[in-house]
Order: sequence, then structure tokens, then C-alpha cells
Amino acid sequence: MTDRMIGWGRGLHALHGLLLSFPIALFTAAVVTDIAYLKTAEVQWTNFSAWLITGALVFGGLVAAWALISLLLGLRSAERTPRLIYFGVLAAMWVLGLVNAFKHSQDAWSSVGALGLILSILCSVLALIAGVLAFSSLNTREIAR
Amino acid sequence: MIRTLLGATALSLCLVGCGRSDPGLSQTGERPDLPDVRETLVPPMKIADPIGWNGQVPTVPAGFTVTAMATDLRIPRQMLVLPNGDILIAEGRGGNAPSLRPKDVIAGPIKKAGNTPVESGNRITLLRDANNDGRPEVRTVFIDNLNAPYGLAFVDGAIYVAAQDALLRFPYQPGQTRITAAPEEVTKLPSRINHHWTKSLTASADGLTLYVGIGSNSNVGERGMAVEEERAVVWAIDRATGARRTIATGIRNPTALAIEPQTSALWAVVNERDELGPQLVPDYLTSVREGAFYGWPYSYWGQNIDPRVHPQKPDLVARAIAPDYALGSHVAALGLSFASNGGFGGAFSNGAFIGEHGSWNRQDPSGYKVAWVPFANGRPAGPPVDFVTGFMTADGTRGRPVGVTFDPARRILLVADDLSNTIWRVAPRTTPAP
Repeated sequence: MTDRMIGWGRGLHALHGLLLSFPIALFTAAVVTDIAYLKTAEVQWTNFSAWLITGALVFGGLVAAWALISLLLGLRSAERTPRLIYFGVLAAMWVLGLVNAFKHSQDAWSSVGALGLILSILCSVLALIAGVLAFSSLNTREIAR
Repeated sequence: MIRTLLGATALSLCLVGCGRSDPGLSQTGERPDLPDVRETLVPPMKIADPIGWNGQVPTVPAGFTVTAMATDLRIPRQMLVLPNGDILIAEGRGGNAPSLRPKDVIAGPIKKAGNTPVESGNRITLLRDANNDGRPEVRTVFIDNLNAPYGLAFVDGAIYVAAQDALLRFPYQPGQTRITAAPEEVTKLPSRINHHWTKSLTASADGLTLYVGIGSNSNVGERGMAVEEERAVVWAIDRATGARRTIATGIRNPTALAIEPQTSALWAVVNERDELGPQLVPDYLTSVREGAFYGWPYSYWGQNIDPRVHPQKPDLVARAIAPDYALGSHVAALGLSFASNGGFGGAFSNGAFIGEHGSWNRQDPSGYKVAWVPFANGRPAGPPVDFVTGFMTADGTRGRPVGVTFDPARRILLVADDLSNTIWRVAPRTTPAP
């Protein structure tokens, strides 16, 4: 464990990890509830999806803002490219997530349909990629500080 | 997959572009033009921007005058003229639908901005204008502490009030200006959730049957079909026993009922579904046919499938019938009153007045007026004509019409305006006395 991971830096790292965990968990859960709705046509599943996606957007927005700030602060650093990729993945996740939130605001079957499910899957994949980038040992310190 | 993604792109572009209406479409009358379904990520919206009347009045045809008969009401909806000429006004706002989705939390306050902030009256106000000069000598709270009253009827000496949860009968003495006696409950009415809470009411010509219109519990079944039992229906209630039967189903939100004077047939104005585009689905005026299924939620205007409803019910759709007469998409018809005993004469002798509360689900507002549909031989005969207008101007929305009531004895039309909380009185212009 290096000095950079101790103290305040470590607390920030934990907070960043916690924030990132939300879109990973909530978007993937929305895939499950979307599938449940498409299988059963029970409206409560699409209601769950709508709230899960909204929650993912709130926390995903915070973590994307974090990534943007860290990108801007380190524009001249060696970690510029991984930080740019990390931010790009989060930004794409958030924008698609917003489209998905509107999609899920339509009524009854239109709240999911094929498009809603595909958007939920894309958001989940992007959230998982962001997670891999952030949590993989090589990149942890560079991205998450 | 690629098609779906293209669809997603198209949908996103529709955020800005797809709200436009095609003015070339004819959306009134017996066979309205129905465009293709256009679902968008954000529905096209134009919410009323209340500015009040500031001493001005609505616009009426030449030969008529309009005056404010009562102001500062608490959300006037439907009215009733008693045999002695006293006017009853049901005031209030109902519904207790919980927010289930983020959409409900966001859309609620947005739509609220287009309505009055006044607290629900939950009462019936009486106006007495014995000399019919448009200036009531008496104004009293006739019945208080009701649960969102809406439909009103007078049959065989008693007053019937359709509150949002029950049909009530009040004993009445002619000339009475206040009723404090406890009502008798004729029957309970479906009130769980009450997404569409208004219970419209009228009595059959022979007075034996009371008809109650009960709106759906959702736009298009998005709360699940379990909560739609005995919703989007018209009930016929035996006045003597309270026994009821369902005479029409799939009739999304029958907000006003009336008896056509020539044929004694039951007619309704009905609000159709939202979020299929600015020109779907037309609200309508229809005779309520015994046993008819009008499509909701599975299909609209007959057998046009609504893609949002799963599982579909092809067997039900196969027997869905088209209504009689389209009033235009999203006009939100809330009032219906037939001209009887010759009406106003001339072009307004035989037909129906329709109160149109006005749209939210299109960028080019529709409704916000009282329309006249001419009738002949008990059927609509010709395109609708504007009768009272000026509710929406370029500057904002001055008022929103709800109930309309034609009084054949005094030859006046009353219009309830639930945005400015006013009752408007339209009368033929008389030559002033010398």
C-alpha cells in the first residue's frame, strides 16, 4: 500500500467506489426487472425498473461529474488517456440512461418493449466497463483519485 | 437491433420535432382522420398558463351576451337547474392516486400549473336569480362536506349527487336554500385510486334509472388491469332499489351524460387516451349503446389497436365499436347539455353544447371553448361550431370550461369555468327597454 492510498486520499477513493457501485448495481437490476416485466406483463416490474434507472442516474451523474473533474484537473498528466476513456464510458452510460428513463416513463408495454430492454443492457454493460476500469488494480489509483 | 437503435435515434429527435400537428387532418365528425401512432420519449405538451379574466368576458356569437353570474367559487364542475329555476353548482376536486413512478412525481406538478390552486370546495352552491337578470339575489352553500361532488340530478322531488365514492339522495323541499339532512346512500361507486375521479350522472327520461359514468383508473392500463374492474364503464342504477348493472364498457372517461330530448337516448362525452401523438385519440360524443364495448384500453375508435397494452385481447377488440362523433384530439370534453324546447332558436335550436376543458398533450392547444354540435332526428348533423370562445389567448389562459347546462325555461346557457372559478351565463341579447 502506497502513501497515496492512505488518509484523505483513501477516503475519497472509497467514496468514489461507493458512488460507482450504485449505477453498476441499479442498471443491472433494471435489466432483470425489465425481463421480468416482458415475461409477466406485471406492471410492478416496470415501476421497479423506472426507479432503479432513476437511482442509477442520480449516482451515475455524481460519478460522471467526478470523472470529468479528475479529467480536467489532470489534462497534462500521464493518466490523461485512461481518464478520458473512463469519463467517456460514464458519459455514454448516463446519456443512454437518461433516454432509458424517458423510455420507461411511457405507459404500459411501451415503458419497456425491446428498446427499453436494449437500453438497460447497454447502460449495464457501460457501467460494468466503468467498474472494471475503476476497480482493476492497475488503474485504481490513477482514475479514482 | 439496428432497427431498434435507429428507432431510439428517431425517438430522441422526436423530443423536439414530432410534436407538430397536421392541420390538414379533419378530426371531428363521424369519421375522423386518424394518423399513425406517434409515441415520443417526452409527450408533446403545452400546459395552460393561467392569467385570469381581469374584467373581460368570453366571446359569444352575435346576438348573445355573456356575464359572470358567480365568481370566487371553489372549483365549479357540473351544474343543475331545479324546477323553480335555482341553480346548483357542484364544486371540488377528487382523486387519491398515489405516485407509482418517477414520472408521476414529475408530471403531477407540471400539469397542476394549468389548474386552479384553490382548495376543493367539496360542496354544492345554490344561486337564485328569480327575475332572470343574470344577477343572483341569493347565494348559499346548499350542501356542504361532500366528497368531491360532480354529477347532479333532480328526480321525483329529490336531489341526487354523484360524489367520488357514492351516489347520494338528499330530500328536498321546493324553495329550500340549504340542506343539512343526512343523505341516503343509493349505492357505492368505485373509488379505489380514482385516477379519473369524476362521477357523471343523469336520469333516464322516465326517471326510473340513474346513469353514472365511471372513468378509468389509468391512461391506458399502466396501473395494471386489476384496478380497472368496473372502471371505464357506464352504470344503470335502479333508482328505487339501488341495484346496478353495467351497460357500456371500455368507455375510457365518460365525463358527462345527458338524455337527447327527441329520442330519450343516453349520450355521453368521453375523454380518450394520451401519449399516442398530438392527434390521437379524438375525444368523442356518443350515444351509449346497451352492451357496447368502446375499446379501452385495447383499441381506440373502434378496432385500432393500442400497441401499449399487453396482453392484447383480440376477442374483445373484435367486438369494439366506434363511437358516433369525434370532437377532436385532447379537447378534454367535460360538459354536455342538449338544447331542448327549441333551444336558442335559429342555428342553435336542436343540438348539444359541449364544454371543452382544453388540451395538455399537444403543442397546438385544442378545446378551451364551448362547442355546439347540431342535431337532426336525434343524431349529430354537421360539423361542430364554436359557441363560447376566448378562454385561451396568445397571452395565456383566462379560463377553462367544464360543465355546460342549458335551461330551456329561461333560455340561458350556464358554463362552469374551473380555472377562474366562475359561472358564465350566456343569454340572447334583448333590446333594452325604452
